[in-house]
Amino acid sequence: MSLPDTTRRTILGTVATLAALPTVSRADISEPDAVSGGLGLQNVTLQVNGQQFRVTLEPRVSLLDVLRETIGLTGTKKGCDHGACGACTVHVDGRRIVSCLTLAARCKSKKIVTIEGLSNGGDLHPVQAAFLHHDGFQCGYCTPGQIMSAVALIQEGHASSADEIREWMSGNICRCGAYPNIVAAVQDASGNVTEGG
Amino acid sequence: MQNFSITSPSNLPAAAAAGQNSDTAFIAGGTDMMQLLKNNVITPSKLIDLEKLSLSEIKSENGVLRLGAMATMADVAAHPVVRQNWPAISRALLLSASPQVRNMGTMGGNLLQRTRCLYFRDTGFACNKRAPGSGCPAIPGDSRDLAILGTSPHCIATHPSDLPVALMALDAELELLTPEGTTRRMSLSKFYRLPGTTPHIESNLEAGQIITAVILADQAIGRLSTYLKVRDRTSFAFALVSAAVALDIEDGLIKNARVALGGVGTMPWRVHQVELALCGQKPSDRVFELATLRIGEGAQTTEMNAFKVKLAQRTVVRALQAISA
Repeated sequence: MSLPDTTRRTILGTVATLAALPTVSRADISEPDAVSGGLGLQNVTLQVNGQQFRVTLEPRVSLLDVLRETIGLTGTKKGCDHGACGACTVHVDGRRIVSCLTLAARCKSKKIVTIEGLSNGGDLHPVQAAFLHHDGFQCGYCTPGQIMSAVALIQEGHASSADEIREWMSGNICRCGAYPNIVAAVQDASGNVTEGG
Repeated sequence: MQNFSITSPSNLPAAAAAGQNSDTAFIAGGTDMMQLLKNNVITPSKLIDLEKLSLSEIKSENGVLRLGAMATMADVAAHPVVRQNWPAISRALLLSASPQVRNMGTMGGNLLQRTRCLYFRDTGFACNKRAPGSGCPAIPGDSRDLAILGTSPHCIATHPSDLPVALMALDAELELLTPEGTTRRMSLSKFYRLPGTTPHIESNLEAGQIITAVILADQAIGRLSTYLKVRDRTSFAFALVSAAVALDIEDGLIKNARVALGGVGTMPWRVHQVELALCGQKPSDRVFELATLRIGEGAQTTEMNAFKVKLAQRTVVRALQAISA
């Protein structure tokens, strides 16, 4: 089916491109001299999307909350906050993990990549582009997690068939039910199968 | 979640010494612990991070497999020697949780994962495991997912993990470090405790003891093994019933058989009576069906979970068929 020019896809494409513009550097967003101990606050330097962020945090804080609330990278989403939905998926040292079950204090000297770190300047990552092309979402809330998971899945070599993709994407729930289009997008981006596959 | 402090000792003796206090907990992958902390099921004042202790090595030497306690579920599942010689372990891990969680979860942590019993996880309810002596609302309550073997009038919580079911079938041993600095071995079959009157004590691991590795020595029984998991959805769910099976077939007859069950026991559950019934037999559907009839022996079921007896029998038959075909 061919779609008219002004579609949801076009609009979303524009929005996604805008969202992918380089953000300003936020090298030092909290008081660097906050004390350790006392109330249990710790100074931690996190490397997110190639930038250093020096944050002061309580040991109990999740990586998800630090990314969203402290650093301001709100692309990573909080769904269940219990590791069951995958909306908070990010990469730590090249592996996909759920940031809600990760203590930020344990991420010192690890390389963290979020959805904001995928695009190269204004150019979308191929998996982002494939999600747009295949309408791999409806409400979009699970999408950052889906995309981070899909990027890792392709790197892991788990995209050889639709069945394999479904199994290895099972940590990411989409309550809108965009699964067929998500699988199509991952297949397309992996280069294994083209449209309609 | 209550706040806590967190320390990262760089050597094992320091970690074991620090872990002896009752308000202290070790954290490995953290996937289960974070949930327990968020729900206030556990409220330690201090966490000891095991990450910097170099416990993540996977080593195969002279037929012995040594899985470091901090090796991730993903790394062990993908390891070529594990896949080749102990396929049940690789399968059990790949059918556990999600890819993200498997990148975080560890061998030691998975063995010590706490039950998914909803009453245990919700502090609004009484629970003998979480608050000893407070009662068990699960027995008269929603018991569909709960145990039918090894239960007591005080607790019917199911052990949730897949990995130890496979490890139990394959006679794994654990390597433990005591706070005194000595290393000891413990058979996994001696590791878990039945709930009895003390459901809050789940293993024989003592305060300050650290699991440092899982050891597998017997390759012969591991090669022809598999793990089958039945759950409410195709992927990313805890087992309703699961089975780890292994066969050693010689001259067309079963010389040695191993069968362990998940999802049905208060601990990973080895079924020796089924193994005995299989030994000496020629593998066939009829032999499998007769042998697995003994699975229900000793089961204490509720109206909601009685289905697990037949489901367990069928799961084991299907797993045995898969490896003997």
